Amino acid sequence: MSLQVEHLTVYYQTLRGDVQALEDATFTIEDGEIMGLAGESGCGKTTLGHSLIRLVPPMRYVRGKVKIDSEELPIWGMEEMNPFRFKKISIIPQYAMNAMNPTRKIGKMTEELLESRKVSFSDTLPELKRRLDMVELTHDVMNMYPIELSGGMKQRMVMVLSTLMDPTLLIADEITSALDVSTQKAVAEMLVEFRNRECCNSVMLITHDLSILYQIADTIMVMYAGQLSEKAATHTMIHSPRHPYTKLLISSLPKVGVKYAEKRLKGIPGSPPLLLDPPIGCRFRERCPVAFDKCLDVPPFLEIEKDHLVACWKEFERDA
Amino acid sequence: MRRYFSRKLLIYILTFFLAVTIDWLIPRFMPGDPVQNMLSRAMLRADAAEVMYGYYTKAFGLDVPIGQQYLNFWNALFHGDLGTSVYMFPTPVTKVLLRAVPYDIFLLIPSILLSWYAGNKFGAYAARSKWLDNTVSPLGYVLTATPYMWLGILLAWFFGIVLGKFPIAGAYSFNLVPHLSWMFIWDVLKHWFLPFASLFLVGFGGQAIGMRNMIIYELEADYSHYLEALGAPRSLVRKYAFRNAVLPQITGLALSLGVIVAGALVTEVVFSYPGIGYLLLAAIQNQDYFLIQGCFLFIIIGVLFANFVIDIVYLLIDPRTRTGMMGETA
Repeated sequence: MSLQVEHLTVYYQTLRGDVQALEDATFTIEDGEIMGLAGESGCGKTTLGHSLIRLVPPMRYVRGKVKIDSEELPIWGMEEMNPFRFKKISIIPQYAMNAMNPTRKIGKMTEELLESRKVSFSDTLPELKRRLDMVELTHDVMNMYPIELSGGMKQRMVMVLSTLMDPTLLIADEITSALDVSTQKAVAEMLVEFRNRECCNSVMLITHDLSILYQIADTIMVMYAGQLSEKAATHTMIHSPRHPYTKLLISSLPKVGVKYAEKRLKGIPGSPPLLLDPPIGCRFRERCPVAFDKCLDVPPFLEIEKDHLVACWKEFERDA
Repeated sequence: MRRYFSRKLLIYILTFFLAVTIDWLIPRFMPGDPVQNMLSRAMLRADAAEVMYGYYTKAFGLDVPIGQQYLNFWNALFHGDLGTSVYMFPTPVTKVLLRAVPYDIFLLIPSILLSWYAGNKFGAYAARSKWLDNTVSPLGYVLTATPYMWLGILLAWFFGIVLGKFPIAGAYSFNLVPHLSWMFIWDVLKHWFLPFASLFLVGFGGQAIGMRNMIIYELEADYSHYLEALGAPRSLVRKYAFRNAVLPQITGLALSLGVIVAGALVTEVVFSYPGIGYLLLAAIQNQDYFLIQGCFLFIIIGVLFANFVIDIVYLLIDPRTRTGMMGETA
């Protein structure tokens, strides 16, 4: 098991009170697993991803435990986390296009970064070059400034840089969101390639784009308003979801062969709750077509079939 | 590269032409007549004054039509002739200016460079901790918002009058003749200190605030966050932030060096320090067209030259301009 998260709760501090962006998340990522983390904007998926590597104000650690390779991660401490960053856990940020210092040559920056982590640059160089080949970047990029690269090249460079220390877990935050569809596919496949060649053990791919996940993810985890809703293998998730939110989410996706001029795409009525003062119990309750009294309590995130976890009272009842 | 510079040069020439034209126009918009002004001080008899008026008007070239005056002005300028000062008649303007410039350089170069260096160091340092930031930043804001002359007057009052430690007027004691001796040097330094301190303090506040804000901006930039996420130590993140934050500060430095010949008008007036600023005020009060023109000409050349230097320096230190420029030529 490469990542184990237990009861992780992270809030955002604001003047008007805590925004409860991540509530009681418990899940695991297996070795070699590419887990897609999906959900709409503001559901807490980026909060979850970032809190694992760089938990800074206004984010506030409330409780919970994170283990990587059975070793506990001190995610609450900015300094304490440093030995783990890059080597055990790494990130391809959402802002990959601006992630490199504009006034340093990429090679020089890489060298300074590695040396600052007490890693010899000259020893790493052959591997770095091999990986540049892997993502089809010329070795000349090392002598270039970030501004001389195109957006896609910068993205690939950051992918290489982030995975250079073969981290156990790679967090890929919205890495396909700013790209056109054909580049999206290429980047997604590169990510799989990285995993296959063990440049990283497992991947947490944060996105709101379910179609990308369908193509490359082994499992999908869906979040709603700061709570985990469902986690299952990709195929199961797409074809037989159990949580009412996931069902509605999947059914609102366009399908091949259906003409939407004749049949309007269905959405989910209502909008997500504000997390400054979220409703008690299941946060999907107010939009849920099958909600009942029991939903005033927070449903636990339970395994109802093998490797299929759901947080819904109705589903527990049905199975019982 | 060539095209870049020739285009820049063209812009500079155009700017120079326009600025000098405005410089020529401005004194002539002032109400009054410089020659009349000069003669009234001489208190001549009416008929003598009339003769003298005709003579001086001709001597200053003010008797020809205004368009011709303008052409004559350019012609003289290309021959290095800035005219004769009305206020310090008959000294040529060039000579008057050259006498004042060393004082400006002596006063302003140290105060600008030191306040820039110290302000940047201090600002970067202040951005480091909340405690420092909360104490130093308000102080910086107060300093930079302080008018030069007010601070000058305060310093002159406190150190000059209350404590009696420093002289408050002139560049050296009135009873001394400039010569090379320790006594004279010590005297000059003592006269220099208060104007220097007032310029330094105000400049220091501004630089420190600017640097502090830039550093905080850079520390919140994406590349800083990325380095942190990869566990880079604070020293590396700060090093990068400082290097990038100092770029706009260099522009500021070059621009303030460019107006150096303008002197620090109000400071020099407060301390009667005989630099160009002091001269400019006297020139305006006496409607000395030629001296005003000369002072402004120095400022124009200084600013343009400083800008030109920044353009070149930026090419050397900021890869983004370099690529931008190459993209332009390609």
